[in-house]
Amino acid sequence: MQHPASFAKPATHSVAQIRAIIRKHKRWDLVFAGLGILALIIGVVTLAGLFIDLVATGWGRLTPEFFTSFSSRRATSAGIAAAMVGTLLVILVTVMAAVPLGVGAGVYLEEYAPKNWLTGIIEINISNLAGVPSVVYGLLGLGLFVYAWNLDHSVVAAGLTLALLILPIVIVATREAIRTIPGHIREGAYALGATKWQLVAHHILPYSSAGILTGIIIGVARAIGETAPLITVGAAVAIFTLPSSPFRSDFPFLSLEWLKEPFTVMPIQMFQWTSRPDQAFQINAAAAGVVLIVMTLALNGLAIYIRYRLRKNIKW
Amino acid sequence: MADLTLENIKAESKNLNFYYGGFQALKSISLPVADKKVTALIGPSGCGKSTFLRCFNRMHDLYPGNRYEGSITLKPDNVNILAREVDPIEVRMRISMVFQKPNPFPKSIYENVAYGLRVRGIKNRALLDEKVEEALTGAALWNEVKDRLDQLAFNLSGGQQQRLCIARALATEPEILLFDEPTSALDPIATASIEELIAQIKNRVSILIVTHNMQQAARVSDYTAYMYLGEVIEFDVTDSIFIKPKKKQTEDYITGRFG
Repeated sequence: MQHPASFAKPATHSVAQIRAIIRKHKRWDLVFAGLGILALIIGVVTLAGLFIDLVATGWGRLTPEFFTSFSSRRATSAGIAAAMVGTLLVILVTVMAAVPLGVGAGVYLEEYAPKNWLTGIIEINISNLAGVPSVVYGLLGLGLFVYAWNLDHSVVAAGLTLALLILPIVIVATREAIRTIPGHIREGAYALGATKWQLVAHHILPYSSAGILTGIIIGVARAIGETAPLITVGAAVAIFTLPSSPFRSDFPFLSLEWLKEPFTVMPIQMFQWTSRPDQAFQINAAAAGVVLIVMTLALNGLAIYIRYRLRKNIKW
Repeated sequence: MADLTLENIKAESKNLNFYYGGFQALKSISLPVADKKVTALIGPSGCGKSTFLRCFNRMHDLYPGNRYEGSITLKPDNVNILAREVDPIEVRMRISMVFQKPNPFPKSIYENVAYGLRVRGIKNRALLDEKVEEALTGAALWNEVKDRLDQLAFNLSGGQQQRLCIARALATEPEILLFDEPTSALDPIATASIEELIAQIKNRVSILIVTHNMQQAARVSDYTAYMYLGEVIEFDVTDSIFIKPKKKQTEDYITGRFG
């Protein structure tokens, strides 16, 4: 390369060389984009394939009767009424227990707790709890709720067990949502004379609600698919009636009888059908699988929509 | 230092030391805050001017490991606002603050201004309406926002947001208003409007302002304190500080030879 003599330091690259370097570097862009697309396709196609296979197998069984029938010895007259209602009731208990406990614990840890070795240990433990195998929670539920608290193999025992399972998810989501609130908003509220509780009620909870709700729904989506802990807690093998109604005609109009009744849930119903030797029950399992996946997708869709709605007004 | 005698004093710090854990950020600061005047704090980064300002509404209490020594006496009731037995919330209700970066809440314009009143438990809608209008008028923002009070504060421009924060601080009729570099995130036009606003409100409230901008201190303040390394080097009438400073250090700083 020729350089004008007046340059104290010669330029290291000519324009042509610079262009060659850029071309060479951009090849890596292409390579990475290709690898990324491949990874995406493998993931999406596999899942789509599984879902399509499930739909193709179970489609014929997805009739209105399938949703309103109970357990039966004949595959064609068996349905998911008990399992669907059971899932809804168990998840209701789970949410009622996990949300106040999880959000309360998260707010306390972020806003109230002093930062010392004890809270440090608690924080590490909560993160670890999220990684504990779910069957261990099942054992805990069996020992604590079923036997120690005498709740029997009931809807409430199952719901509380799943609540323990998703509690770390809710706590962690709450804390992370709270942490995204900038310090200057916090100081702004304190500077006007707000107490801690006023800060939490007027600012922290409203501004973190999108993140908290997302965490709750992710937790619920996980709980809906859990099988092992509920088998451990003692799901019923077959249920032939709906649980008693939570509403009644006389005062106080609400009944808690259903909490103490035996339960089954969607994944357990599927599990029981897949373990039958009769091939016809496999179709039932596939149909139930479709319903379960749709329920989970609907929940995730709801989470995305709510997050969008709640975050629309918040820009930091 | 600070041997100037003021006719009307709103607050006075005496031998104020402040520690961030083991680090002493303020060293024996004694400084008066004149009543219904603007007092500016200038000095290079890290000199402790913001730290000193944040003592006045006990902001340091929000973080662990901070410690005050000495006193800031608030007149006319002569209460030491740094005393342990004085609730920081009481101090913050008497002394408001406007921050460096406009920090409106993600709520409506109306709710932002009303927040200080809501914190005090005021629910009467007519009273809130009146106070909100008064505060927004006081902050020279009423005409721009009166038709969209229910819109989000984030939709305002940066300068409008800062005037909204001033309205929010004014709504509770504080005795002192603290400004922590209120224009450092704003463009020159928005800065000019904030400075004009400060000139308008100073007959109603005592103002303590931290600024990086010496011209700003010269334009808006009546008194100026030059701080360096946690100490007040010189305190005087603003004109004296800028025209004939008594200390060499002050002169070096304001003439740009240092800092």
